[in-house]
Amino acid sequence: MTTLYFTEEHEWIAVDGDVATVGITDFAQGQLGDVVFVEVPDAGKAVSKGKEAAVVESVKAASDVYSPVSGTVTEGNQALVDDPALVNRDPEGEGWFFKVTISGTGDLEGLMDKAAYDAFVASL
Amino acid sequence: MTETRTITGNRGLMVEERLIFEYDHQNRTAVDVPAVEPYEDRLGGLRRKGGVGLPGLAEPQVVRHYTRLSQKNYGIDTGLFPLGSCTMKYNPRLNEKAARMTGLADIHPFQPVSTVQGALELMDTLSHWLKQLTGMPAVALSPAAGAHGELCGVMAIRAAMDARGENRTTILVPESAHGTNPATAAICGYVVESIPAEESGRVSVEAVKAKLGPHVAAVMITNPNTCGLFEPEMIEISRVVHEAGAYVYMDGANFNAVVGRIRIADLGVDAMHINLHKTFSTPHGGGGPGSGPTVLSAALAPYAPVPYVVRDDKGFRLVEHERDAEGDAKPFGRMKGYHGQFGMFVRALAYMLALGKDGLQQVSGDAVLNANYLYARLADVLSASFEGPVMHEALFDDRFLKDTGVTTLDFAKALIDEGYHPMTMYFPLVVHGALLMEPTETESKAALDQFIEAVRGLAERAKAGDAEYFRQAPVHTPRRRLDETLAARKPVLRWTPPQA
Amino acid sequence: MRFLPLTAEDRQAMLAAIGAESVDALYRDVPAAARHPEAIDLPNQKTELQVERAMAALAGKNLNCSQAAAFLGAGNYRHHTPAALDYLIQRGEFLTAYTPYQPEIAQGTLQVLFEFQTQVALMTGMEVANASMYDGATACAEAAAMAQRITKRKKVLVSGGVHPHFADTTDTFLKFTGVDVEILPPDVMGLEDLIGRVDEDLACVIVQTPGFFGHLKDFSALADAVHEAGALLVVATTEPLSLGLLKTPGEMGADIVVAEGQSLALPVGFGGPGVGLFASRSKYLRQMPGRLCGETVDVDGKRGFVLTLSTREQHIRREKATSNICTNSGLVATAFSIHMTLLGEKGFTGLAEYNHARAVEAARRLAAVPGVKVLSSTFFNEFAIAFDKPAADVVEALTAKKVLAGVPASRFYPTYPELDGVLLVAVTEMNSDEDLDALVAGLKEVLS
Repeated sequence: MTTLYFTEEHEWIAVDGDVATVGITDFAQGQLGDVVFVEVPDAGKAVSKGKEAAVVESVKAASDVYSPVSGTVTEGNQALVDDPALVNRDPEGEGWFFKVTISGTGDLEGLMDKAAYDAFVASL
Repeated sequence: MTETRTITGNRGLMVEERLIFEYDHQNRTAVDVPAVEPYEDRLGGLRRKGGVGLPGLAEPQVVRHYTRLSQKNYGIDTGLFPLGSCTMKYNPRLNEKAARMTGLADIHPFQPVSTVQGALELMDTLSHWLKQLTGMPAVALSPAAGAHGELCGVMAIRAAMDARGENRTTILVPESAHGTNPATAAICGYVVESIPAEESGRVSVEAVKAKLGPHVAAVMITNPNTCGLFEPEMIEISRVVHEAGAYVYMDGANFNAVVGRIRIADLGVDAMHINLHKTFSTPHGGGGPGSGPTVLSAALAPYAPVPYVVRDDKGFRLVEHERDAEGDAKPFGRMKGYHGQFGMFVRALAYMLALGKDGLQQVSGDAVLNANYLYARLADVLSASFEGPVMHEALFDDRFLKDTGVTTLDFAKALIDEGYHPMTMYFPLVVHGALLMEPTETESKAALDQFIEAVRGLAERAKAGDAEYFRQAPVHTPRRRLDETLAARKPVLRWTPPQA
Repeated sequence: MRFLPLTAEDRQAMLAAIGAESVDALYRDVPAAARHPEAIDLPNQKTELQVERAMAALAGKNLNCSQAAAFLGAGNYRHHTPAALDYLIQRGEFLTAYTPYQPEIAQGTLQVLFEFQTQVALMTGMEVANASMYDGATACAEAAAMAQRITKRKKVLVSGGVHPHFADTTDTFLKFTGVDVEILPPDVMGLEDLIGRVDEDLACVIVQTPGFFGHLKDFSALADAVHEAGALLVVATTEPLSLGLLKTPGEMGADIVVAEGQSLALPVGFGGPGVGLFASRSKYLRQMPGRLCGETVDVDGKRGFVLTLSTREQHIRREKATSNICTNSGLVATAFSIHMTLLGEKGFTGLAEYNHARAVEAARRLAAVPGVKVLSSTFFNEFAIAFDKPAADVVEALTAKKVLAGVPASRFYPTYPELDGVLLVAVTEMNSDEDLDALVAGLKEVLS
């Protein structure tokens, strides 16, 4: 059973047990424009909630992608490295950034659900 | 409509030009070198095995190649260049003539100092002018550009803090600052904290005060700021910064607005770089060279980098090593090779001598007058971001384009078709879709009036709903809009020979 | 004033349009306490002729190299400037353009930069080069900073064969970020052991070819040892003409190559401006400092060029940028590139060979002068010689005879008394047979 959460930094996180998949939202990719470069963390890297874990760049902007949870990366999406445009085409599917094993479930507190995130975006 | 129907792809004076590497690679040269008699080399077996891969062109081919390329460029000599924050003023040819005098061009940095007294006197004279024009007691000449001058100032601050035994961690930078400010602070090991701008586009004493504390080493503040406004509370800001034990770095990128009219020292500044390639008209075609002499307060002067010129009873000499520093001087190190951007010093001094004190006052006055004239004449069709009067540049944002489907970028590209270099776009970040115009003092009223008519006409066309016209622009240029996404996704940064 | 087109009538009309009483009124935001121009004590404007005379008077107080037999190098080299080069670089479209942020009206500059990047990559044997840095010394400092970013290590080792200005600039640039820059003592004889000093704390080792004292070395084995330790090899050069004759740093395994490009771009000009060349491997592209020009197409599908990968730079990345550099050396890079095109393959390799042959001849003749010892066993167009007396004194005595004999090592190393007798002698195509005769005769007289 997968539960979807969102952050105010426009990351999404799909949680299934202690495994989470992280990416950026459709809204975020729209703001960035054509993505030209993505850097994802290697498997085994420890990430902390709210800290930089990946990088996404368009021609005129560079953004850090923050990990919404603390844990250990199990996989970075190599497909993005070869084809950064995947983030524009399918941001909340094939365009995921990395998978992480969550070290503490309390991390999920304070994250938004889909309805709350949509309201948040509408308020911007 | 832009489809060219010529056989060659050329369009009259707009001639296509291949890369030099795409000429044939035959055994020609435009530089004949005497033949070498057989000899025993001293290369120790390290002679290059293969060729370099350079083409071979004769002199007429080379001259034509670069002449054609030059014709695809817009320069100050071509037309009005209202690029905000860049002070693209006319570069007098006298500067070039002076820089090419054999006695100033054909001198080596490591000749005995007794043989370069004229060069050292020139540097000393330039220092005198810069100190007089700012009221500051010292100047470091060696920084190679504005950002390098910032580095000089912040390193002097760091050295002064170290000498005081204080380990302050943070530098405050207003959010409207040029990106070099935070990047420079980071190189010196400082954390950057942002100061928010006021509704008026200025920085307030209260906002600075709110961020000050024993952890703050300095405030970097651009003045006149990147919104084209003078910071009216500058003196008070300096006072509270000093009270907190920190230093004031003033980014002097926009010195052209005030040269000859104010004394920087009276603002309480500890360090400020001066872009000789902006205010003092040294050419920097294609992005440099610059020169960023940095004036320093008495508190920071002892830490100025080597080399510097001193004068004693035997004449001028250079202090080239930290250990040779005399008195209370404790140079923080060396910032570049040799003795600074000497060729730029020559040009800047020629310019200063030509204008003199009265001329420089007229420079700043006319620069400010021209910018305010643009601001006044365009205020009813564009959207002025802040209340004036402005200094040397006028900031507009994209509210006037609301619901037109035209962006700041489109608007700028349409100006290219009208024969103008666009204004600075999307900077500063404190307003949406910024259009920052700096006409400089070397434009006539007639030239400004023509430009104003072009901008007004485009604004009316945008408001009339002709978005497609803007999206297509430019159409009259050697190349139309370029695919920057492709360039970044699949970087091709050099020519490579075609696969056989 | 001849540079200022506004007339008094224009100013009045413009003030009226603005609704301001005077220009002074426009300065109302400037605190009155800072507005007293009367405190500025400087002369008023001058005619063009007056300025020319003032500048010529300063020029006349220098002994310029064309008035002497000049054998000066130590990082700045005097070569002939082709007439076509000085003409082309003064075309207003090159001279007064800006950083090519608007590619549709800057294809001239952009294509030149693309060609420049290609030339630098070919000369150094590297995969990519940027669009220039301030100068060689700052490029060297940036290379060390880049190695530190890549390896996440905080130690840099600088060979004693590296130009001391490069070494000192690197130290100054890095010292406030907690990087330890170890500069080895001057390597006069070229005998320094670097491989024995390589360890796994190093971010990079910086070496130079030709060395500051002239020596040529193959750094291939050093490169292997450096890579084995997970560090980078930075190779510097101050005489890019040497690359026309020598095995390239790229072939030796360099990860970053930096150079001072002055010798092929501009007159010696008292040492500035120069142009920093910066080349590296493609895999390190995103850690490179400075601007990059790349190929693309326009909306009509025609090839064109743009500045690219700008997200590394300060105007986007701010405090996280790879460097704070903004203005670089575009115009000097243009001069460098034009000169390289004028030379071409034949001229570049031929001029390098000619320089070396002249230097070999000079070294042979100087070795025969009693009291002169040639220290460099291998060299390109500059070598070190030694006397039993201070080289600075010898230089001074010869200066009186209009011979600028070289650069004394003591100018850079005043705390190494054992170097007092060492002189760096550079020989280029600018040195005639008569120059060499004057040097040999002068030395015989001064040393006897």
